[in-house]
Amino acid sequence: MVRLYTKGLHIGYGERLIVKNLNVEIPDRKITTIIGANGSGKSTLLKAITRIVPQQSGTVVLDGKDILKENTKILAQKMAILPQTPESASGLTVGELVSYGRFPYQKGLGRLTKKDIEVIDWALEVTGTSDFKYRSVDSLSGGQRQRGWIAMALAQETEIIFLDEPTTYLDMAHQLEVLELLQKLNIEQERTIVMVLHDLNQAARFADYMIALKDGQIVKAGDCEEVMTHDVLRKVFQIDAHIGRDPRTNKPMCITYNLLKGDNQNEKMAIPLSSIGAYR
Amino acid sequence: MTKEEQASIPFIVKIATSLVVFVTMFIVACVLGAADTSLKDVWQAITLDAKTDTVLMLREIRFPRETGAVFVGAALAVAGAIMQGLTRNPLADPGLLGLTAGANAALAITLAFLPNANYFTITIACFIGAAIGTLMVFGIGAAKKGGFSPLRIVLAGAAVSAFLYAIADGVGLYFKLSKNVSMWTAGGLIGTSWPQLQIIVPLIVIGILLALILSRQLTILSLSEEVAVGLGQNTARIKGILFIVIVLLAGASVALVGNMAFIGLMVPHIVRAMVGTDYRFIIPMSAMTGASFMLLADTLGRTIHSPYETPVAAIVAVMGLPFFLFIVRKGGSF
Repeated sequence: MVRLYTKGLHIGYGERLIVKNLNVEIPDRKITTIIGANGSGKSTLLKAITRIVPQQSGTVVLDGKDILKENTKILAQKMAILPQTPESASGLTVGELVSYGRFPYQKGLGRLTKKDIEVIDWALEVTGTSDFKYRSVDSLSGGQRQRGWIAMALAQETEIIFLDEPTTYLDMAHQLEVLELLQKLNIEQERTIVMVLHDLNQAARFADYMIALKDGQIVKAGDCEEVMTHDVLRKVFQIDAHIGRDPRTNKPMCITYNLLKGDNQNEKMAIPLSSIGAYR
Repeated sequence: MTKEEQASIPFIVKIATSLVVFVTMFIVACVLGAADTSLKDVWQAITLDAKTDTVLMLREIRFPRETGAVFVGAALAVAGAIMQGLTRNPLADPGLLGLTAGANAALAITLAFLPNANYFTITIACFIGAAIGTLMVFGIGAAKKGGFSPLRIVLAGAAVSAFLYAIADGVGLYFKLSKNVSMWTAGGLIGTSWPQLQIIVPLIVIGILLALILSRQLTILSLSEEVAVGLGQNTARIKGILFIVIVLLAGASVALVGNMAFIGLMVPHIVRAMVGTDYRFIIPMSAMTGASFMLLADTLGRTIHSPYETPVAAIVAVMGLPFFLFIVRKGGSF
């Protein structure tokens, strides 16, 4: 029995449905990555699971309870979310930012307890941001800043951590740095990690479980061998992918790809051509 | 001063310094004025039961006036700080987002239809007007998807304010009350009396206390709405309470002094340069700085063209406009 799953989830803004009748289970103590084209509903799904965007119908269940009926502070002790490129921390120091991760445990004016300070120092330590504790978040490089935000999520001491494209705007080395940190947290502390990733090969390399979305519905969910296939990628991204093996990790990877030129293109072409014909 | 050095000065020192500045400013404001008074007179007015003209003037005219300046300055600065944090918009200010205009319109309507209204009724009307003005601005700002873009909010604020000021002027003209209305709205602190303060001050104190209690929540909310939800904040409730606090502070200020733009805009920005961006520090520091600033503006208003009064709103605007342009130019990184 998994701790977190969704049942018949419909999510949309106004009239437009972005996620339709979605049933998904998030495996415990595993790394799950969500992939899909732009506008496929990846971020929206992540936001619904973390109660940031309310669903139109259906439920998200954590530990047998509908999350919308659960106390939001209790939830914040169970799951942390790092939104996509958080806005500027506007002058907070890294230490201050991370200390806000203790918010779900605090009452009243929120003096930090000894335990809070220990957890904050630990979070800074594992993310390698201890040196920046007294520096302003805005003065850091992209990778350092992202690690600072991850430290805040860690200070929340949750078993589940959600991240929306944690590697966006980072260079290759910093991307790997962030992903390896998350992997380490998963292996050493058995935290459940769920993230939206754009890079397919990174998604396959770090994921135990992958969810491929298209138009708000699951095309395929399973381990990377099941999801990183020519067929699935054709459906999800409309690409003709050549799948090979990473020589170091032996995980499947997309070596090269072409845009599919088939039925899809013809359909698009058909409309203008016929309308031109009508004018004649 | 570099960022590190600035951070190394403890907050307690900064707030203590601002307290010293504030007390000095208050004494200066009490001593200077159209009527000749000395430090000794002020001291006598506070301590002795003397019945000289000077002492009576200080007690009945200048003290209430400066007390009003203190609380209105603090209220407007704190309201501005909350609005900037809440909307993540560096241009937010009670005067720019429809609160002041709404309170003004309510004031004119009340004077027209309830000519015998007492001060308390008028204060309540100002609250209602401020709330309606703000809701109109946010309603228009949020009507389109993508919501609170700083530019759209400011434009909506300008449009709604113009509309509400037009209502105030129209009502004033139609009921031949223009003079009365402008006595209120442009009068500044002239004629502030103890009975008025007895109504206004408790409301402002409650507002500022609530702001202090919620300051930590405001910092989290100012980071991003999503972060706030993720950290377990009940954002709808917090935003609702903060909205009430803003209306309380701005409404009370308008009831006492009328129009007073720019203080709520300027002071929080000056304060951020001193204490950073944590609202636990910004709120108390804004209250102190706002109070000192208002005392300065009012003292200037009373003295530069003595014995005539220069409207304090004009003084604040003259000091505030260049600052406003500076923020716009800076692109609002805050």
